[in-house]
Amino acid sequence: MPWFRRSKENISTENRKKEIPEGMWVKCSSCGEILHRQALEQNLWVCVKCNHHFRISSTDYFSILFDEKSFKELDAKMTSKDPLKFVDTKKYTERIKDTIIKKKLQYSNRYGTGKINKKKIVISCIDYGFIGGSMGSVVGEKIFRAAEKALKTKSPLIIISASGGARMMEAAYSLMQLAKTSAILAKLHEAKIPFISLMTDPTTGGVTASFAMLGDVNIAEPNALIGFAGPRVIKQTIGKDLPEGFQRAEFLLEKGFVDMVVPRKELKGTISNLIGMMAN
Amino acid sequence: MAKVVLDFEKPIFDLEQKIEEMRNLSDNVDLESEIKTLEKKVHQLRENIFSNLTRWQRVQLARHPERPYTLDYIGYMTTDFLELHGDRKFGDDKAIVGGFAKLDDMPVMIIGQQKGRDTKSNLYRNFGMPNPEGYRKALRLMQLAAKFNRPIITMLDTPGAYPGLEAEERGQAEAIARNLFEMSRFPVPIIVTIIGEGASGGALGIGVGDRMLMLENTWYSVIAPESCSSILWKSWDYKEQAAEALRLTAPDLLEQKIIDRIIPEPPGGAHRNPQQAAMILKDALVEEIRALQKIKPDKLLERRIEKFSKMGSWNE
Repeated sequence: MPWFRRSKENISTENRKKEIPEGMWVKCSSCGEILHRQALEQNLWVCVKCNHHFRISSTDYFSILFDEKSFKELDAKMTSKDPLKFVDTKKYTERIKDTIIKKKLQYSNRYGTGKINKKKIVISCIDYGFIGGSMGSVVGEKIFRAAEKALKTKSPLIIISASGGARMMEAAYSLMQLAKTSAILAKLHEAKIPFISLMTDPTTGGVTASFAMLGDVNIAEPNALIGFAGPRVIKQTIGKDLPEGFQRAEFLLEKGFVDMVVPRKELKGTISNLIGMMAN
Repeated sequence: MAKVVLDFEKPIFDLEQKIEEMRNLSDNVDLESEIKTLEKKVHQLRENIFSNLTRWQRVQLARHPERPYTLDYIGYMTTDFLELHGDRKFGDDKAIVGGFAKLDDMPVMIIGQQKGRDTKSNLYRNFGMPNPEGYRKALRLMQLAAKFNRPIITMLDTPGAYPGLEAEERGQAEAIARNLFEMSRFPVPIIVTIIGEGASGGALGIGVGDRMLMLENTWYSVIAPESCSSILWKSWDYKEQAAEALRLTAPDLLEQKIIDRIIPEPPGGAHRNPQQAAMILKDALVEEIRALQKIKPDKLLERRIEKFSKMGSWNE
């Protein structure tokens, strides 16, 4: 018998990509600066050195935007079904189960009501951490219900987007969410209820080609990637490198597709002011 | 152009060729009864092959280069077609065509994505991949239809919206989103037909309506099987599996309650008899429009939003 035996489980490094790692010190993924976690948190997850806006969760956005304890989540238990029994290299049902455990989220978006500087609003926010914030039936249904809630309560609607696009594993159902969300926003528009769209890094594909671009006012976070096709696909198509800053928030501002690029620190104040201008 | 024969169509073509040869011979010899037997055999073979098509085979049929395109359907189905051009903002996109026409003597607005048939015309049509100005032209034409109370017919046939640099600069996403939004509220009947490839947002950009029809051998999904394979399997080789997984054929979409009706194609597919394919579609369109015209605009819009509100599947 050998005196040394290799352990059955290979030694492996944790290779799960994580934007915000645990621990006291955090390295900025943009400039490499080592930042103190608490200080970073107090600065709303924006690097003090280079102004990089870290990707944050729906919970973080709710705490940034809402007056204390005013957020009430609705239909929190809604989860994905697997209507097509989709299997690629992994079963879709397993993918969802694993993500729910790993990310401690039920789905890739949440919605509810809350107050911003005492003004009542309805909000829906996508978590990019949940299968790339991809839009399946639940994202569509929750946005539909959020808009209906806004209609019923005559409160402004805010949607915060971060998404790689449609959810392939729901195929045509996923595609129809583009039409479904745009249709209810048309109804909101006729009722003259304000809708503010906030695009964060990254907002691409089906989400951009539907509700994210349809705000009465479109806001973007600094340097957020926003586009229809992903940069890799475009590069392949045209066979050339893409210009610096292409598809970034500031580029969209320049081209006329967002109204303003707003740093995270000014989000609450700006949205509150906008609502004051538009809502009765 | 040389005839394009797909792998699984080959046995049918071979037999048909044989019959043709026998016909040529029959000036000298009497082969009538043998020809009849072979014709029966072709018929059976075709039935057999076409009733057992895989999803990937349907995708191939949907892309068949001899399949009728939007302008072919317009030519066969309508009279007095007056093509209108330009989005009044940037230019005229050749990948989307549209205009007024008469369908069964009824003035309608008809709009569709347009592919080319050879390299030259494909370059001209950008392979049926619209730029933002194409969607904005379609929007302008639909606004015209709404203004003059004319039904709107759209025909979907695109491998996708063009993923180019300028398309992004000019707001491809906004152009599509705006169409989805506006098409939800035009107070005239809108009938959408998938006549070939229905690739994702690029197709849907003119695809919101009261009734959704789909030709028998077409596909409609959130992504093309090849791209789906490359993303989920990280290889281009799983397109057949991806096509199966996506459930993207007309019978699939009818089952998913995303489309309302399947339009049958002539035996062997629309490319074997474009005119007949167009006549079948025309009858269906006339029937659908007449039914929708009986509904009051308010009710029509209510039903349209409700239709899309039901699409999806989730656990409460």
